[in-house]
Amino acid sequence: MDFNFSDEQNMVRDGISRLVREQYDWDTRRAVISSESGWRPEFWAQLAELGMLAAPFSEEDGGFGGGAVETMLIMEEFGKGLVVEPFIPSVVCAGGFLKHAGTAAQKEEYLSAIIAGEKVFAFAYAEPQGRYDLANLTTTAKKDGDGFSLNGQKAVVIGAPWASHFVVTARTSGGQSDVGGVSVFIVAKDAEGVSLRDYATVDGRRASEVYFENVAVSADALIGELDNGLPLIETVVDEATAAVCAEATGAMQVTHAMTLEYAKQRKQFGVPISSFQVLQHRMVDMFMEYEQSISMSYLATIKLDEDEAERKHAVSSAKVRIGQSARFVGQSAVQTHGGMGVTDETAVGSYFKRLSIIESEFGSVDHHMRRHIKLTAAA
Amino acid sequence: MNLEFTAEENAFRDEVRSFIENNYPQNIERAAVQDDMSPEDMTAWHKILGEKGWSVPAWPEQYGGTGWTPTQRYIWSEENARVNAVMPLPFGVAMVGPVIYTFGNEEQKAKHLPGIRSGDVWWCQGYSEPGAGSDLASLKTTAVRDGDDYILNGQKTWTTLAQHADWGFFLCRTDPDAPKPQQGISFILVDMNTPGIEVRPIKLIDGGYEVNEVWLTDVRVPAENLIGEENKGWTYAKFLLAHERSGIAGVARSKRGVEQLKEIAQHEMLDGEPLLQDMGFATKVSQLEIDLAALEITELRTLAGEQAGKGPGPESSLLKVKGTEIQQRLTELTLEAVGYYGTPDFRSFPADGSNDFPIGPDYAHSAAPTYFNMRKTSIYGGSNEIQRNIITKMVLGL
Ligand SMILES: Cc1cc2nc3c(=O)[nH]c(=O)nc-3n(C[C@H](O)[C@H](O)[C@H](O)COP(=O)(O)OP(=O)(O)OC[C@H]3O[C@@H](n4cnc5c(N)ncnc54)[C@H](O)[C@@H]3O)c2cc1C
Ligand SMILES: Cc1cc2nc3c(=O)[nH]c(=O)nc-3n(C[C@H](O)[C@H](O)[C@H](O)COP(=O)(O)OP(=O)(O)OC[C@H]3O[C@@H](n4cnc5c(N)ncnc54)[C@H](O)[C@@H]3O)c2cc1C
Repeated sequence: MDFNFSDEQNMVRDGISRLVREQYDWDTRRAVISSESGWRPEFWAQLAELGMLAAPFSEEDGGFGGGAVETMLIMEEFGKGLVVEPFIPSVVCAGGFLKHAGTAAQKEEYLSAIIAGEKVFAFAYAEPQGRYDLANLTTTAKKDGDGFSLNGQKAVVIGAPWASHFVVTARTSGGQSDVGGVSVFIVAKDAEGVSLRDYATVDGRRASEVYFENVAVSADALIGELDNGLPLIETVVDEATAAVCAEATGAMQVTHAMTLEYAKQRKQFGVPISSFQVLQHRMVDMFMEYEQSISMSYLATIKLDEDEAERKHAVSSAKVRIGQSARFVGQSAVQTHGGMGVTDETAVGSYFKRLSIIESEFGSVDHHMRRHIKLTAAA
Repeated sequence: MNLEFTAEENAFRDEVRSFIENNYPQNIERAAVQDDMSPEDMTAWHKILGEKGWSVPAWPEQYGGTGWTPTQRYIWSEENARVNAVMPLPFGVAMVGPVIYTFGNEEQKAKHLPGIRSGDVWWCQGYSEPGAGSDLASLKTTAVRDGDDYILNGQKTWTTLAQHADWGFFLCRTDPDAPKPQQGISFILVDMNTPGIEVRPIKLIDGGYEVNEVWLTDVRVPAENLIGEENKGWTYAKFLLAHERSGIAGVARSKRGVEQLKEIAQHEMLDGEPLLQDMGFATKVSQLEIDLAALEITELRTLAGEQAGKGPGPESSLLKVKGTEIQQRLTELTLEAVGYYGTPDFRSFPADGSNDFPIGPDYAHSAAPTYFNMRKTSIYGGSNEIQRNIITKMVLGL
């Protein structure tokens, strides 16, 4: 048993931690999320320069020989700073598809550009009717000559306004929710027939509804096997889920720390409110919740490379536990801050909002509980 | 023991229902957050009720009340909730009004009660301060007597909808040397247009503006605006807080909210079936309905006690705690129900004059902001921790 990180991993953690602390202070973040573009391409360039966008990839893929643990360490620090830049969509998701199933040519063209920060991807998988079912797709890619013609709508595509490219899931055969018949494509945002409706999200990011109308997709834009994309999608979404779990632990840690800090300095009835036992115990519960969450984040990360059933089991366990903790920690933090907790200007409110949305990102507590139940029944 | 309404009560319900059907302004819908409504929309129903004589049902008849029994008032609030009516704001009707008719003098009653009844005068509550929240008695805003006036200095905060207020009722310190902090406080009515008052809106986490900082700099207020006796304000303030708490349970509105949640969960699909058929989700909805039933009967028991002549006591703390917990769970479940479409920020879409939300189902657009906003309910009106402290002392005798 070993819960230590390697020297290289510690370097990644220290590097990203310093960067977030120095470059992502609270006021800067506020200014960034309310700016026209909503993000900082120059911060992204800095991440690339420091090798952070390469950290999770093997050396033969042009990376630094890292993997899921590196992603976890980075996302934890991103969670601490509520970083909005699209590490999960571009690096974890698009990078993940290319890492697992990209051809040499695709890796050459796209993965190296993702690592260099030159191309930014968004992951267009969710649909208005789909809830969290990855196979429930009405977007279609029909054979058209050598390539495909893509039609459909993708919902709440995180980071789409910043993206140059999309990874898109589409139905190439079968019925709306069939396991088979799903395929994955790379589509450039400026391709003919792609249109977007951009908006802000309640947790300070940007997203779009993305519409595809007779978009011509060439045969070499297919990632992985035709019609058999679902296992690949599930693998990548599990990796993204583990990443968002790590982000949640970082956000919870800071949320808890700022709550302790506030409770120690806020006085009512002539004493710090931290002296009230009901608040003390709640802060203890918050502490226990995030410690358990860190454990589950580790579990999910470690099991990502195991066989499918074990991986899914661990990831769903983590997402359930962490979704519940995220809610408890966020709500408790707001409550302990009293009126200050519900103001826009205090950091705690923003952490609460991000944690609230993380609850359902890549599947809600209910969704992962269902998946856990099904896996348990099948085992 | 009998839970049925009497024939008279049912007849009353019919009368109320048809009045609402015929008179409620069709164009006025409750917005997700209060500040998204125009001040005119917020008071429209109040004004109609004022004309009918139904705007202050709980007041004594001599001041314009209806003489309805507590049960009739309950039916009244249920029927309004059924259509999601925008009810009169509580600051005048439920808070300062009763203080004025109970402790005010005849001039004060004549001057202020008609405007509260009609809905023409908008009131706000100036209690809390940056340093005095749960510990309200530690408030620092001063009122110093100067001839026929008081001169007010200090800062209030969290003052709900003060940006539209004509009048405010303020707690101020008139005796800094009183042996206990509660003993040196006075209850003063303030015309919000008086020079020296500055109202600064505070943005809340849902992106809306419903509370304000209120800065008072040498605000000159006629001494005749003092309610009751100088330094006795704490008594009136506590009287008022008991009134604030009753009704905060929001049973009728939560019942309506559960119906809406069920509609959403019928519409949202999961594995080809309505979400409401999913055992996991349905269990949570049923749990909520069961807890709401328990709260409703508890409230009815309290009403029955009131009908028998018992005033609202510490049991209003129970109603506040359980009522707000249910309201919060309702918003959690609604956010869960809408799935991905809880994430977009509907305020980021340019207002085009219509209420159309350009993406996702209509019912989704307010789910997250409402969830965020409703965290306030366990904080304001005396936080739920403070309510539990009250029950600890007053009910359990610990
Ligand atoms: C099955 C069993 C086996 C045991 N075996 C042993 C043994 O082998 N050897 C041995 O020496 N003892 C043993 N104990 C005793 C055990 O350690 C005590 O029961 C325990 O320390 C609690 O003390 P108490 O029962 O006097 O409860 P109390 O101390 O009277 O506590 C009563 C309640 O008050 C709460 N409370 C007390 N102080 C505080 C505080 N400051 N803040 C908040 N809440 C507080 C407690 O949590 C508890 O809920 C055993 C007890 C049990 C039930
Ligand atoms: C949306 C909103 C609208 C409001 N509207 C008005 C208004 O119109 N007029 C007005 O005057 N005020 C208003 N308030 C203020 C409200 O009454 C206060 O926010 C509330 O009393 C809590 O005070 P605080 O915010 O200073 O929190 P604090 O008192 O600092 O409390 C912080 C935390 O400590 C806990 N705590 C404090 N003391 C104890 C204790 N003894 N034991 C256990 N826990 C304790 C609290 O429960 C809370 O969790 C409003 C507040 C909000 C959020």
